[in-house]
Amino acid sequence: MFAALLTLVLVGAAFALALRCAERRLRAARAPVTADAIDALLPQTQCGQCGYGGCRPYAEALARGEADLNRCPPGGMAGVRALANLLGRAPKPIDPACGREKPPAVALIDEDVCIGCTKCIQACPVDAIVGASRLMHTVVGDLCTGCELCVPACPVDCIAMAPVEGRTPPPRPGAAARTQVAAS
Amino acid sequence: MRTFPTAGAPHLPPPTRVRGVMAAVLLALLPGIAACAGFFGPGVLVQIALACAFALGFEAMMLRLRGVPAAPFLGDLSAPVTATLYALCIPPLTPWWITLLAMAAAIVLAKHLYGGLGHNLFNPAMVGYATVLVCFPRALSEWLPPAPLATQALGFGDTLSAIFLGHLPAGLGWDTLAQATPLDTLRTLARQGATMPEIHANPVFGDFGGEGWEWIAGGYALGGLFLLWRRVIRWHVPAAVLGATVLLTVPPWLADPDVHPFPLQHLFSGGLMLAAWFVATDPVTGCTTPRGRLLFGAGVAALTLAIRRWGGYPDGVAFAVLIMNGAAPLLDRLTPPRPYGHARHG
Amino acid sequence: MRIHRFHGGMRLDLRKQAALARPIRPCPLPPQLAIPLAARADMAARAVVAPGRRVRRGEVIGRIEGAHGTTVHASTSGTVLAVEARPLADADARAGPCVVIEPDGADDEQRLPPIEDWRDAPRAALLERLRETGIVGLGGGAFPSAAKLAGAQPTLIVNGAECEPYVACDEALLRERAEEVVAGAALLAHVLGAARTFIAVEEAMPQALAALESALHAAPFEGAALAAVPTRYPEGGERQLIQALTGREVPSGGLPQDLGIVCHNVATAAAAWRAVARGEALTARIVTVTGAGVVEPGNFEVRLGTPLAWLVEQAGGYTARAARLLAGGPMTGVALPHDDVPASAATHCVLVLAEHDLRDAAPELPCIRCAECARVCPARLQPLQLLADLRADDTAEARAHALADCIECGLCAYACPSHIPLVDWFRRGKAELRAQAAARANADAARERYRAREARLAREREERLQRSAARRAELAAAQAPTPPISKDAVLAAIARGRARKRVPPPGGESGGDA
Repeated sequence: MFAALLTLVLVGAAFALALRCAERRLRAARAPVTADAIDALLPQTQCGQCGYGGCRPYAEALARGEADLNRCPPGGMAGVRALANLLGRAPKPIDPACGREKPPAVALIDEDVCIGCTKCIQACPVDAIVGASRLMHTVVGDLCTGCELCVPACPVDCIAMAPVEGRTPPPRPGAAARTQVAAS
Repeated sequence: MRTFPTAGAPHLPPPTRVRGVMAAVLLALLPGIAACAGFFGPGVLVQIALACAFALGFEAMMLRLRGVPAAPFLGDLSAPVTATLYALCIPPLTPWWITLLAMAAAIVLAKHLYGGLGHNLFNPAMVGYATVLVCFPRALSEWLPPAPLATQALGFGDTLSAIFLGHLPAGLGWDTLAQATPLDTLRTLARQGATMPEIHANPVFGDFGGEGWEWIAGGYALGGLFLLWRRVIRWHVPAAVLGATVLLTVPPWLADPDVHPFPLQHLFSGGLMLAAWFVATDPVTGCTTPRGRLLFGAGVAALTLAIRRWGGYPDGVAFAVLIMNGAAPLLDRLTPPRPYGHARHG
Repeated sequence: MRIHRFHGGMRLDLRKQAALARPIRPCPLPPQLAIPLAARADMAARAVVAPGRRVRRGEVIGRIEGAHGTTVHASTSGTVLAVEARPLADADARAGPCVVIEPDGADDEQRLPPIEDWRDAPRAALLERLRETGIVGLGGGAFPSAAKLAGAQPTLIVNGAECEPYVACDEALLRERAEEVVAGAALLAHVLGAARTFIAVEEAMPQALAALESALHAAPFEGAALAAVPTRYPEGGERQLIQALTGREVPSGGLPQDLGIVCHNVATAAAAWRAVARGEALTARIVTVTGAGVVEPGNFEVRLGTPLAWLVEQAGGYTARAARLLAGGPMTGVALPHDDVPASAATHCVLVLAEHDLRDAAPELPCIRCAECARVCPARLQPLQLLADLRADDTAEARAHALADCIECGLCAYACPSHIPLVDWFRRGKAELRAQAAARANADAARERYRAREARLAREREERLQRSAARRAELAAAQAPTPPISKDAVLAAIARGRARKRVPPPGGESGGDA
């Protein structure tokens, strides 16, 4: 009885020691992840949905190990997986408190309603809106990251988000998709 | 203007299909089955029929439970292949309910609970066999003597009654009917300190394998060569299993032929030949990369020999295959081929 | 010479005899030509003619500027009816810009002056000639040839190995016009400054090989060698042919030029020679029209812009069994939803398959991991692994498994006993990878703009502070009070804007520019 208990304890202790050593060595082998490397994976919408005010601050918080990696809805699950891969953590679903993953979209200004107040220009973190005071503004679609920051900034509610055509992947191949009769 | 339906390339009909692959495997098993039936009586045929019926029954049941359309999967012949491989592993007079249990383990547990065709990690036939081998070791060691050594041949009726009712013909008991397999004999006598020449004097041994067994193994090899010729299987796994067996058994035999069996003895007894050509080559549970397949086959051979030499069972092919099944995904990961245009070390 | 092995590949049933039974026939002019301004999806020419203009054969009707510049030519004489989008021989018969010409039947041709002494002509002049005659790759890529010849390279491969089943246009060309191909090869080698030139054909083309041999004997040139490669699909693929001939692999993501090699199709070589020695622009190409779905299969010399429907009519029309129309061969060809599309420089084959030649529509089975796909893959990929990655939507893993190196040859899907449409998966996955790379580039650009903006805002803040400090100092000196800024005007503007959403306001009041 005593011998058996002792054996179990000793075996357990040996494994614990081995695991501890292994963990230390493996951790040392992994170079610390820089904020630059993390920032390179973030979508650069600068939307602040993560609660850190922008992509760079969030990357820095992740690098310090303070932030969770599921706080970036624009990056989507693909982004979470990429972060998980880089940081060596487990991926998890996007925190609903931060927002939902949405299909890519760009802001569109209703140019008939726009009063030319330039508030959206100030709100846009990536200079994707052109226009001058008292002149109608427009969003440069190719530059817009879809952060939605301009939407609440508009005093006359003339900005809407429009989904981007052609950025949704085609249907998954399969028996149903193989043979389609052309509609023409 | 004329319109046409469209579809993705390529457009030509594929030359092979799963059912064709499975049918070729069944066809290739015929020489082995014939040899088995010749040496051990019609029991093996009854077991194959029985196992196929149970396997298809369980398959249909599981497909229904999983809500999968049954027609394409019942027709793919993968269940009969599993059933036949299992039936070739067991003694011909094994009771029917053991086969039922084995098929339940094979089809329900090993195959469908892992996701069905193509998703199982472990070879269903070997799971079925190993399960009943562990649970009923005695029933699964009651082999008949091969025909040349048999004192009394069992007819078809006797076989059926033995399998289904457990009744042996009048005047016969298991003690008189059953005979140890060559591997059993080898093991028992070797433990008693007999030398190889003494052991080989035992009538259960043939020219280089077991009496009868060597012909069955030859039948499997013939079928395997057929599969190789028809390009149903690739050379890597059989070559690795057989090559590793020879490589691992020649040095000890050369060192001390009195203690260690002749290499061909290993190849031509037990289930090694069946495993080399039909079980370890199962695509679903094996490796997919060429180097992975070589390692996989070598692992099966090494583990089989280790179990034969040191393990608790006279033949360890089933366990060896199952262990290597578990290692296959890792082996695949460790042996990726270098894609065209990529650097050699990358 | 030594022929090397490439990984994978399959011997396929060639089925070329039907198309090769007759000599090349000229395809008569259709009532209307729609000449595509974009043989490649990624480069469209700008039309330089307007509707109503009379053009002659060989006249420039479209032009691409820049390093990859080339020209598009009228393929017969007639009147330009329109410059408009027409469905092209593309995956979904997507519309692309075309110049529609009504032939006048005279077919009078405008040629550039022949450069007879091209061996002494400067490279630049020859490259200019190839650009001005619109010579593009006729093997299916339609890449401007002059751009490919721009840099000097030591090795030229003239590719006559077209081992996709049914396609026989190159073999027909080699049988009948081997001397043009040899002259073209000599010309391209001269332009390239190549020391070695391989003219590669398949072992299964003995007649073509014999024709080439006698042509090369009649007009030999320095460094030329004939090579017969085994007929094993995709032997005619550029990367596989390079490996077969040189034993070297084109680096992943690289070009043959990285190995000092340039590949040109035999038809391109012949067209280049005609352009230089005769001044002919690229206005026609040889197209194989074949399959169990056409009555009289054969090879046709087709004016670019000829509708496929007209072309099939010249081949006797459709048989009752015609079930699928393909632009290209059966392994990589694009299934067209209808036949009202024009032939372009990239259209080397029009294949009409019968029902019994098609993949069945039966549902696919799960992958049984037989790895036949990996065995036949010429890119030495693990298609079954890529399939698992893509089914899990794990494009990062698929990229790590070299999805981008897939050449979409179609062998994996053909060899799969479970009939899984692997190529469809890989095309989709590659599109996804490209979209992700584009998104990544956008994000990087956004980061740059964000940083520039932050820097600008900080600078402006600093300047404002300095200004206001200066102003305060001034005011303190002047002792003048500042009037308070009224917000009323701003609020009024907001209210007006909300009330009259669709009516443009006469002009917002001060929005407070920063």
